Amino acid sequence: MQTATSSAFKTNAHAALGDAGLQKALARSGSSFIARRAAAAAALPEFEALRDEARAIKDHTLAHLDFYLEAFADKVEAAGGQVHVCADAAEARAVVLEICRAAGARTVTKGKSMISEELGINDHLEANGITPVETDLGEYILQLRHETPSHIIAPAFHLNREDWEASFRAAHTDLPAERVFRERRDILVEARTKLREKFLAADVGITGANFLIAETGSSVIVTNEGNGDLTQTLPRVHIALSSIEKVVPTLEDCTSLLRVLARSATGQEFSVYTTFSTGARRQGDLDGPEAYHVVIVDNGRSNMLGGEFQPMLRCIRCAACMNHCPVYGAVGGHAYGWVYPGPMGSVLTPALIGVDQAGLLPGASTFCGKCESVCPVRIPLPGLMRHWREREFERHLTPAAQRRNLALWAFVAKRPALYRALTRAGAFGLRLMAGKRGRFRHLPLAGGWTAGRDLPAPEGETFFARYAREQRGRAP
Amino acid sequence: MSREAVLLAIRRGLRRGPLPPDQAMALRARLDGHPRHVIPARSRLDRDGQVALFAANVEREFGTVIRVDDAAAVPAAVADWLAAQNLPSAAAIAPHPELRAIPWADRPLLRLREGRAEASDQVAIQHGFAGIAETGTLMLPSAPERPTTLNLLAEAAVVILRAARVVGAYEEAWDLLRAELGAMPRNVMLVTGPSRSADIEQALELGAHGPRRLCVVLVGAG
Repeated sequence: MQTATSSAFKTNAHAALGDAGLQKALARSGSSFIARRAAAAAALPEFEALRDEARAIKDHTLAHLDFYLEAFADKVEAAGGQVHVCADAAEARAVVLEICRAAGARTVTKGKSMISEELGINDHLEANGITPVETDLGEYILQLRHETPSHIIAPAFHLNREDWEASFRAAHTDLPAERVFRERRDILVEARTKLREKFLAADVGITGANFLIAETGSSVIVTNEGNGDLTQTLPRVHIALSSIEKVVPTLEDCTSLLRVLARSATGQEFSVYTTFSTGARRQGDLDGPEAYHVVIVDNGRSNMLGGEFQPMLRCIRCAACMNHCPVYGAVGGHAYGWVYPGPMGSVLTPALIGVDQAGLLPGASTFCGKCESVCPVRIPLPGLMRHWREREFERHLTPAAQRRNLALWAFVAKRPALYRALTRAGAFGLRLMAGKRGRFRHLPLAGGWTAGRDLPAPEGETFFARYAREQRGRAP
Repeated sequence: MSREAVLLAIRRGLRRGPLPPDQAMALRARLDGHPRHVIPARSRLDRDGQVALFAANVEREFGTVIRVDDAAAVPAAVADWLAAQNLPSAAAIAPHPELRAIPWADRPLLRLREGRAEASDQVAIQHGFAGIAETGTLMLPSAPERPTTLNLLAEAAVVILRAARVVGAYEEAWDLLRAELGAMPRNVMLVTGPSRSADIEQALELGAHGPRRLCVVLVGAG
């Protein structure tokens, strides 16, 4: 399992800001996701209504999660598949390993799955002599580089073309060293050729699941490359990994969610491959796996039910929140220090690994509200981050200096006359100190700000004073 | 296995025991009735309009659409397209009765092999179950006569679809599937355009692991 470095967010973020390659990647890709989502939303008049519906479907399912999980399991078993419900990551890893061993597996192909990252499936298989091969293009290069995804739908978001070329040259030593990568397409073709052999040789294919459907007992994956489909079609055994909140009642419910998923994620109207898998190969089928397993893991999610963080379980992992986040856009995904970055990660990570480990993440937000405004299932992300800040404060996890300053501010803020007197004196004093320039290059206690830019001085009048003056100036 | 423990933990979170029978029955009725939600108005068109929207959306997603009057015109359309794309005239083809009824012998240079796709196949010819106008999406349910590998393994995928099988929204395609196939097939692929990836610098490239080219041959009138 990935060791969390979320408690070192400040150091991570500082390093990220100084990483020229990362900054190049962030600058290049940041705006394109935003523009594409906006265009897709604008092209569908019903988009806002669909978001309301998506939220309602997820809320309905979560309120009856036990019922729908049981209905799903019954249907999978009726279709000849097996369901394994696991309480935590260790149990899920053991189940996956056992299935692979029973199949006599030597190599396992994998479709992109964040739950697999959360559970640490690859390391566990490798430690037990089974070779996992990531087949999503982005995940493939990360496996070659021994890195983790920095984005939940674009795992290699942080890499540039030169990184791809260097990694491929280092890994594919059987190909001529003097070959030239003229365009991105040449990189893609090389990966396609290399991975074809892996797809054909694999004994087991492991995918994630965007949805589980109770009505039919199907696991659903959504991809553009087709790697997930080759993973679940060619090997003898298919394992779909999922967490408990992925279940939805019917094909119609799933369809409504799919209508907002791709549009919010990549700005596509629909992803290239949306595939519903139900059980194993049927009588007369010429292809498809002989065995079908669904591994459903809780891993801390049931604790979020019935409390203030339940809305987070509506998340369909589209990544719109991180694509629109100024903090993610500045530091990238790795700084968040665990599997899930961006605003959704800032809410989910403390719930899954503890606020003592990840308390800095909900703090790393400007509360600009952009994430909530684009979330297809309308998760109140800033509100949930605020809840985490409160919890952190209640548990005395915030640093002493911060607590002292908050206490001081609260003392003043609760006494309006004192507050006004102090702000008046402060504004006046700062204006005098700033002199004609009207700005500070250095200011005691504000070094963090002035190290990078000047601090504009107040104009000498407080908001209250100005408001009162302008009210007086108006006609009655 | 922790199934019971996890269910218990979920109920503890929701602050209740197992659902009372009347509530469970209402949920079961919802599953059986699978109510529809908001369906975008864009596909609410007459038959010709739906077929035209389907074709336009396939092309928007970098697919090719060839319209022919009847099954007799299919072999020439396929052969000419393969030639124009510099693709070989050998293909794996779905062992579907509707495809068998096509007079392939009119184009003797087309070498067809019935069955699933193999890694060496450059071209695969699949039978289309339905087309969804809303986003130009093909519905391809698996069956002995419609192997899934034909959707995936070849460099180019050709799908033969009767225009009469084009519907407006996904929901209509699900209803067709329920009415005609009954139980959920092992695999149902919804395919929208050829395979692609934007993993390298977020720039779109066609032809990742699935077919690089997708050609839909629309047969007959809507």
